[in-house]
Amino acid sequence: MTEPILRVTNLRATVAGQQVVEDVTFDVPATGVTAVLGRNGVGKTSTLKALLGLYARTGEVTLAGERIDRLSTDRIVRRGVGYVPEDREVFAGLTVAENLRLAERDAAPRRELVADLFPDLVKRSAQRAGTLSGGQQQMVSLARALLNDNRLLLVDEPTKGLAPKIVGEVATALAEAAATAPVLLVEQNLEVIERLATTVVVIDAGRVVHTGDAAELLDDPDRIQRLLGVHTSENAA
Amino acid sequence: MSTIVLLLITGLGLGALYFLVASGLSLIYGLMGVLNFAHGSFLTLGAFAGWEVARRLGADSWAVFGLALVVGAGVGAAFAALTELLLVRRLYERHIEQVLVTVGLALATVALFEGAWGSDPEFIEGPAWLRGTTDVAGAPVPNDRFLAIGAAVLVLVGIVLFLRYTRFGLIIRAGVENRAMVTALGIDVRKAFTLVFAVGGAAAGLGGVLASQYFGYVSPHLGAQLLIFAFIVTVIGGLGSLTGAAVAAVLVAVLQQFANYYWGYGDLVVVLLLALVLLVRPSGLLGRRA
Repeated sequence: MTEPILRVTNLRATVAGQQVVEDVTFDVPATGVTAVLGRNGVGKTSTLKALLGLYARTGEVTLAGERIDRLSTDRIVRRGVGYVPEDREVFAGLTVAENLRLAERDAAPRRELVADLFPDLVKRSAQRAGTLSGGQQQMVSLARALLNDNRLLLVDEPTKGLAPKIVGEVATALAEAAATAPVLLVEQNLEVIERLATTVVVIDAGRVVHTGDAAELLDDPDRIQRLLGVHTSENAA
Repeated sequence: MSTIVLLLITGLGLGALYFLVASGLSLIYGLMGVLNFAHGSFLTLGAFAGWEVARRLGADSWAVFGLALVVGAGVGAAFAALTELLLVRRLYERHIEQVLVTVGLALATVALFEGAWGSDPEFIEGPAWLRGTTDVAGAPVPNDRFLAIGAAVLVLVGIVLFLRYTRFGLIIRAGVENRAMVTALGIDVRKAFTLVFAVGGAAAGLGGVLASQYFGYVSPHLGAQLLIFAFIVTVIGGLGSLTGAAVAAVLVAVLQQFANYYWGYGDLVVVLLLALVLLVRPSGLLGRRA
């Protein structure tokens, strides 16, 4: 078995003195998409932010064998971690081109890949990102991460609040992204998980309660109901 | 008519000085959320540095005056950068401590300047043209006002070009919107912090040399004297907005000049304007709404 790209051991995080990640331990394989699942408010987004150093944290995090839990966020990212945040967080006052230029950290950014994946962004390069639709902003957010040669992509709820048609486009872009680097994906949409994920990590109350094969979990409606509190079409029937 | 022209151009000159201080305050707050009460000290030290250059090399030469402007801006930039590196950097997101440290630095530096140069104003000389006047529509306008206005316009254009066309400018504009996301793109935003402090300090130092010409003296309290109005300008213009600071600087200073001349209550009118803006538009004229 190959070494995981990311190893998280006893990760705890606090925000303003409040514990938001209790004790999280899991591995992210060096290929494919690992989905982080769980009910709302259990600490999925906080886990990603803690991994990236955006929240104060303790515990051990290694990226390809190197400890990164004592590094600042910008240093972690420069070691090859791309981040697509929840709610896109594009710079609304900057143009699309400026948003992308700001994200370029490699000497040879992959502009052609981004242009192929998101031709609409090329057309809208002079438009202010704040005036784009939610789906277009999500494309900008994904494109920022894909411009660089990453060892790992952290992607947080990329389909949240998007129309079904746009969800499909985002999932396609994520599949392309997963071909370039392993992805740790926080996602609520089980159809997207089914299409993309190879491995799942389920979090509840700030702790990991299940890890395993994605297809295996998705084939077990009772377990999904127990772990995630959602009815799939199968167990609803 | 000539009185109105004189008040207007004198007001623009004073507004130029307010802008030179407020531009740095606004950029620093916009990017870093730091209310820098020590900003007046950058101006005072710049003014004294310029005065020392003029005193030692000959105050009536344009070359020396140009050198004084460069030295004043350089000293202001260096002092501001050191303040950021040694004091403010350790206190990001700790706003009460930032206020305490910058207020403390402002008080300590005034005492230090008094120790070095004495507490009395030092009257200043300059090139002969600066001491003369130019007739504009019958009004004898002091020439130093034109210099202050020209310098402020150049600083405004320079900062706008820097923000728009350089990578550091891009980082600063993005950082004003969302600092955490800038770091999440792999950018060490602390370098931008130091640079913004230095740019603000340079503008303040330049403003110090020009203010000493405008008022005719340099004193340890020169910075504090201008800082209070620069803060008002920054709030009225909208914290973090450079254009807002420019517009508000003109508005505040011109209003102040007219109110002072006709009613003698210029400072009161400025405070009332601040109250009005805070009530009607708390984010300032061009600030982003929370």
